[in-house]
Amino acid sequence: MSIICISRHAVIASAASAALSVMPLLAYAEDGYDAPADWPSPMAEHLQWSAAFDRLEYASPDKGNNALVWDFQAWYGSDVNRLYVKSEGENIQGDGEDAEFESLELLYSRLVADFWEFQAGMGYQGGVFSDDHEERVYGVLGFQGTAPYRIETDAALQFNEGGIVTASIELEHDVRLTQRWYLQPRSEIVVAANESEALGIGRGVNSLRIGLRARYEITRRFAPYVGMYWERQYGATADMQRAEGEEVENTGVVVGVKLMF
Amino acid sequence: MKGTTSTFSTSRRQLLKTSSALGLGAMALGMTPAWASPLGRAAAASRTVESGPEIALAIRREDRLVAGQRTRPITINGSSPGPMVRLKEGQEAVIRVTNLMDEPTSIHWHGIILPPEMDGVPGISFAGIAPGDTFTYRFPVTQSGTYWYHSHSGLQEQEGHAGPLIIDAATPDAFQYDREHVLLLTDWTFEDPKNVFRNLKTMEGYYNFQERTVADFFADVRRNGLQDTVEARSMWAEMRMSSRDISDVTGSTYTYLLNGNAPDENWTGLFRRGETVRLRVINGSAMSYFDLRIPGLKMTVVAADGQPVQPVPVDEFRIGVAEAYDVLVTPEDDKAYTIFAEAMDRSGYARATLAPRMGMQANIPARRDIADRGMEAMGAHGSMNHSKMAGMDHSKMADMDHSEMAGMDHSKMAGMQGEALAAGMLAAGAVQPGARYDQAGIGLDQQQRRVLVYQDLKALAPWPDRRPPQREIELHLTGNMERYMWSFDGKKFSEVNGPIHFNKDERLRLILINDTMMEHPIHLHGMWMELENGHGEMIPRKHTLNVKPGERVSALITADAEGSWAFHCHLLYHMDAGMFRVVKVS
Repeated sequence: MSIICISRHAVIASAASAALSVMPLLAYAEDGYDAPADWPSPMAEHLQWSAAFDRLEYASPDKGNNALVWDFQAWYGSDVNRLYVKSEGENIQGDGEDAEFESLELLYSRLVADFWEFQAGMGYQGGVFSDDHEERVYGVLGFQGTAPYRIETDAALQFNEGGIVTASIELEHDVRLTQRWYLQPRSEIVVAANESEALGIGRGVNSLRIGLRARYEITRRFAPYVGMYWERQYGATADMQRAEGEEVENTGVVVGVKLMF
Repeated sequence: MKGTTSTFSTSRRQLLKTSSALGLGAMALGMTPAWASPLGRAAAASRTVESGPEIALAIRREDRLVAGQRTRPITINGSSPGPMVRLKEGQEAVIRVTNLMDEPTSIHWHGIILPPEMDGVPGISFAGIAPGDTFTYRFPVTQSGTYWYHSHSGLQEQEGHAGPLIIDAATPDAFQYDREHVLLLTDWTFEDPKNVFRNLKTMEGYYNFQERTVADFFADVRRNGLQDTVEARSMWAEMRMSSRDISDVTGSTYTYLLNGNAPDENWTGLFRRGETVRLRVINGSAMSYFDLRIPGLKMTVVAADGQPVQPVPVDEFRIGVAEAYDVLVTPEDDKAYTIFAEAMDRSGYARATLAPRMGMQANIPARRDIADRGMEAMGAHGSMNHSKMAGMDHSKMADMDHSEMAGMDHSKMAGMQGEALAAGMLAAGAVQPGARYDQAGIGLDQQQRRVLVYQDLKALAPWPDRRPPQREIELHLTGNMERYMWSFDGKKFSEVNGPIHFNKDERLRLILINDTMMEHPIHLHGMWMELENGHGEMIPRKHTLNVKPGERVSALITADAEGSWAFHCHLLYHMDAGMFRVVKVS
């Protein structure tokens, strides 16, 4: 509830209140089977929570500095209505700058099909503890779930200032080698509908990142991994990167851990 | 029968004192409840058989050893599982249950026909038993057989709050035996059940360490060829489901217990060569189906869910959660026999020994491999293309009519609930299309040995109400595996308004259609369900019906028990997730 009181951001507040208004703390069936009022409900519904670092890794690219990278997701709620916090970001080592949230999102999520959630909310990009990085605030609409062939999918639209719309799609798939060894290919692609020099966004495909990780589940909640990735920027995005003297294509290795709480 | 019914001679206070003393004495040695005495009932009745009609039970949380590890189960009169409650048909039972825990509790007498306020379901029968309170259950004992009791509060059943309930018949049983043993199967976890539930809710397949791997794929390619394998596997992949999803909670967290003993503790029941031994087998586990056999002994099933059936000789039987089967065995040799109860998903087993003397043991059978679900599980998925199933093992499907599996037209049934179906209803006792009573179920090979199937069950005598059903009620068993949502007709208990309504004294047919890929043991409180397995007026009656994936099961019910009753899936975490309804008879 406090989210609503302290937040001034209309969109966040409305998303949160929408979520909370349909999330009773205890669900009772309005079933009129003559039970006295002071009897408990025979079945109480419990709200659940989950928090996980899908990736918490140290990345060593071929060109440029090493980085500490995170990909975090947490939710709280019922089977149907949930509140999500998602964040991805990195702290590039030795660049004199503080860590950056590539995204920090607060989303209302609703189950719309067996395997799919519709999500809407607000996102923030910028420094974690500092003003070292460009800041932007954007709206998010997306679908998260499991596509056929068990492809974990997170597809979202970002609505930026000045009508700049981007779309990002993340896909992951687990190949089970043994009961504890998994091979996980993953890909991330960013596409933009229009161009924004300020945001470093070009029209069309902006970037593509493909990775492969080998993970060992010591427990279901603690799984170290090693992996590698290849990434590349395209079109106007790449031009802007070049102009800033940054790499447009890179490969690297990662070592990290998948954590669930 | 050498059963004696001791009248209540000690004072209740003394009894409570005795039981707590027991908790520090005999019970401290381990988890064997004293009713599970190796001598069985041929010996002097053991001290923790609580004989009716007046019984006092105290419920606590105490330190105990389970499978050699110190833990804190819920105890009843000092033992976990609890004492055997032994009543006699015709008695007026008076059972005082005192809650010495710091959370509310309850006892439900599973399978017992009694007044609704004595059924022990908090929120439906009564308010529950608050910490420090005593609730007195009083009910006339109008039946006999093998039953059990357990908590109906939260997830307490998973913490050892269960025990056997044996009712001796007023008239001699239809079968002769020299000795009896109760075999109570339970599944124990050292995790907090709330965490088990959260694991299931937040991570699909959390407890399954027998999933298919790349190696299984190549093994299948070698066996069935590339094309068949790819087709079969891609169908499962398209559905985003696992053909190895046999049990939600597995041996990766469970220790399977028999009479409170882990397999290596080897609970032993004694016999003398040539004696006929009655084994009262109860599945008191939270989530685990077992396949029970005693290599070297033929078992004769003589009762199902406490009710006598015509004898069926079998080598093995599957017992669903909350079911009970009585079997007779006659060991002719002076040697030990292993009682082997393998979990349905093959992730572990419970084990005990029948022997002429203590300290003996026999070989433990080799464990079987987990089976892959085949097309029987797909009945739930209407738009299936069966041709894709080539290369799967259909042997167990042999005499199935596939056309009934998918694309069955249920539409004519829709909206019929509550209306009399004058035409188009099957005769009383007839098998519904889509039932598979001739199949033992996933992972059992009926070619290899004689396995009990529902079709084998015939009542010893017709049950009194011979009226044909006046109407049908159809319920779909539904679920979303990904989010661990379980429900009837797509609605969790929190989403329905109003109970399922039975008219007082009507004769109705309940049709259960399993739209999920899991087995569900469906339990109706307060009334019997007469399983329509094709035996006309000899259909058996049960309190818990196992419904296989994609199966359509029906039962006749005489709605003679006025009041509100629980109706639910007896898989504890399915029930907790919402697979629960109230049935109101008025």
